[in-house]
Amino acid sequence: MARTVTNRHKTIATAAAWIVALLIFFPILYTIITSFKSEQEAIQGFNLIPSGTLESYSAVEDQSGYFKFFLNSVILSVGSTILALIVAVPAAWSMAFSPTKRTKDILMWMLSTKMMPAVAVLFPIYLIFRDFGLLDSRVGMTVMLMLINLPIVVWMLYTYFREIPGEILEAARMDGASLWGEIVYVLTPMAVPGIASTMLLNIILAWNEAFWTIRLTTTNAAPLTAFISSFSSPQGLFWAKLSAASTLAIAPILIMGWFSQKQLVRGLTFGAVK
Amino acid sequence: MKLHMLILGLCSASALAFAAHAESITIATVNNGDMVRMQKLTDDFTSKNPDIQLNWVTLEENVLRERVTTDIATKGGQYDVMTIGTYEVPIWAKQNWLLPLDNLGADYDASDIIPAIAGGLSVDGKLFAAPFYGESSFVMYRKDLMEKAGLQMPDAPTWEFIRQAADKMTDRANGVNGVCLRGKAGWGENMAFLTAMSNSYGARWFDEKWVPQFDQPEWKNTLQSYVDLMKADGPEGASSNGFNENLALFQQGKCGMWIDATVAASFVSDPKNSTVADKVGYALAPDNGLGKRGNWLWAWSLAVPAGTQKAEAAQKFVSWATSKAYLELVASKEGWANVPPGTRSSLYNNPEYQKAAPFAKMTLDSINAADPTKPTVKPVPYVGVQFVAIPEFQGLGTTVGQLFSAALAGQMSVDDALKQAQDAATSTMKEGGYIQ
Repeated sequence: MARTVTNRHKTIATAAAWIVALLIFFPILYTIITSFKSEQEAIQGFNLIPSGTLESYSAVEDQSGYFKFFLNSVILSVGSTILALIVAVPAAWSMAFSPTKRTKDILMWMLSTKMMPAVAVLFPIYLIFRDFGLLDSRVGMTVMLMLINLPIVVWMLYTYFREIPGEILEAARMDGASLWGEIVYVLTPMAVPGIASTMLLNIILAWNEAFWTIRLTTTNAAPLTAFISSFSSPQGLFWAKLSAASTLAIAPILIMGWFSQKQLVRGLTFGAVK
Repeated sequence: MKLHMLILGLCSASALAFAAHAESITIATVNNGDMVRMQKLTDDFTSKNPDIQLNWVTLEENVLRERVTTDIATKGGQYDVMTIGTYEVPIWAKQNWLLPLDNLGADYDASDIIPAIAGGLSVDGKLFAAPFYGESSFVMYRKDLMEKAGLQMPDAPTWEFIRQAADKMTDRANGVNGVCLRGKAGWGENMAFLTAMSNSYGARWFDEKWVPQFDQPEWKNTLQSYVDLMKADGPEGASSNGFNENLALFQQGKCGMWIDATVAASFVSDPKNSTVADKVGYALAPDNGLGKRGNWLWAWSLAVPAGTQKAEAAQKFVSWATSKAYLELVASKEGWANVPPGTRSSLYNNPEYQKAAPFAKMTLDSINAADPTKPTVKPVPYVGVQFVAIPEFQGLGTTVGQLFSAALAGQMSVDDALKQAQDAATSTMKEGGYIQ
């Protein structure tokens, strides 16, 4: 009897998971479907069966250099992630293993910066970028994306580090490990799943960031978000071309997410069940 | 062999040295068909000006507007040429944000620019932006459905004729709506159409002392007629329809008439995309016998921001892209039908263009029928036919557009929409210091 209930629960849970997953994935799926429609088909209304035309891809390819935008997306997302980890690993280590009375407050303050609407600081940031000559520069955008995602990176790493028993680090210290050695040779290998999933998530967040990447770049540092936004037309049908551009823009990160999903899930659920 | 290598080396070195000296200018633009075509033809410019390289930034219209405004207001200097509309030019020129275009070359022939378009892009007689393509609005209609309804479209119809024709052409069983009009909220969407329509009803946004006029009977007549017409003969969900949605409906044969931008004529008459390409007729925008028609005036234009360090190269590019020679270049590569319309008088005297674009005369007549300095029947303190050229208009126009769109969707009454529009406009004008 108990076994029947368990099986039924399992079936319901599986079905629910599939429904939720499909609901979440559906907008992406529909974008991909729309990219294989003609402009007329795309605007006609809901239709899951495209004619299969590749004219939108051909138009997108014809219109702009995808590779230049792709390269910028790779440089900005990977660069900002590496930079964020360099700053966040020592910060999270300090908060996890040498907490003070104010650690929680600092963590909350860091997170609170994510609650502010980005547009509120558009002008100050724009002026700073202008004065430091960082407008449309890869260096400026890498730093910007690092700063945007830093609170999440620190929080995630802090959560993973807290799961590592402090006694292991103490043992390393007793064996004569320096602070650097402790972080690099003891802590980091133990936190690899957490660091890897943080890294992957940060790459995804940086890849998809659109507000700042569209507003602070023009040509040299413009990533795929700028590539997508260039296909919206005030006079002329554009849904299919926009969908083709979006599909090309999300494809690399989707493929990366697919291959690293085990790592991502393991990292994201690390410490969730005690 | 050694000589061969030496020559190759010298060539490479020269190319590198040249690349180092080439000046690059950045051009911000929107993704319209004519703009995309221009990007493809830039080899012609760079071959004539090998010392200038072009970088293109294509953005969604609202993002472009926001970005170039930010850049120009903060003197960011990210762009050397900007694509801006008739709305921005007088405001930005008065703020000294744009350079006057006084170095376009001896053979540019600025006097050939259609006077109505040039007037909208000039301040104190100086041209601050060169028109890349210009447009007005007119009626596009299905000749076959009009004939079936037993009517004949006059060259200059009245709103009453449009209403009657729409009633007769509506055939819900076959999915035909008598008329398709913009309903999507936005200062450049439904408010472009409704402001132009209101001009023909004698309405105005503000009186001579900047007092909002939405509480006047002319606005009530405008909005009530629009809502009634759309409810009786418009498509379902019209409050979400902008230019592109109506374009798709018309191309699919679902509209008897469509009153919108003259540039739409080339889309609806294109047999590759339009199922009704050979059945479209054109007429001037309707009037109410008050001396003003419900047509607007707009030009996407190229301007040079005051903050650029490359003014000379920027003006060279503007001159090339808006010249007569550019029109001929497009015609030679893609045919006369694809030439950017509405900028030069000489184009409309060209028999080849007239043959390729049956809507040419009606487009020119529509452009000439709009006067940005006297847009409506009564006097106004502002410039602009379908907009008011003050900085506050973008926000206010969109707020009013949302109210009117809600009235069309049946979410509020016409009276409530007008009352709230009057309140919003009064509040904006007080905050702006226009009225006490």
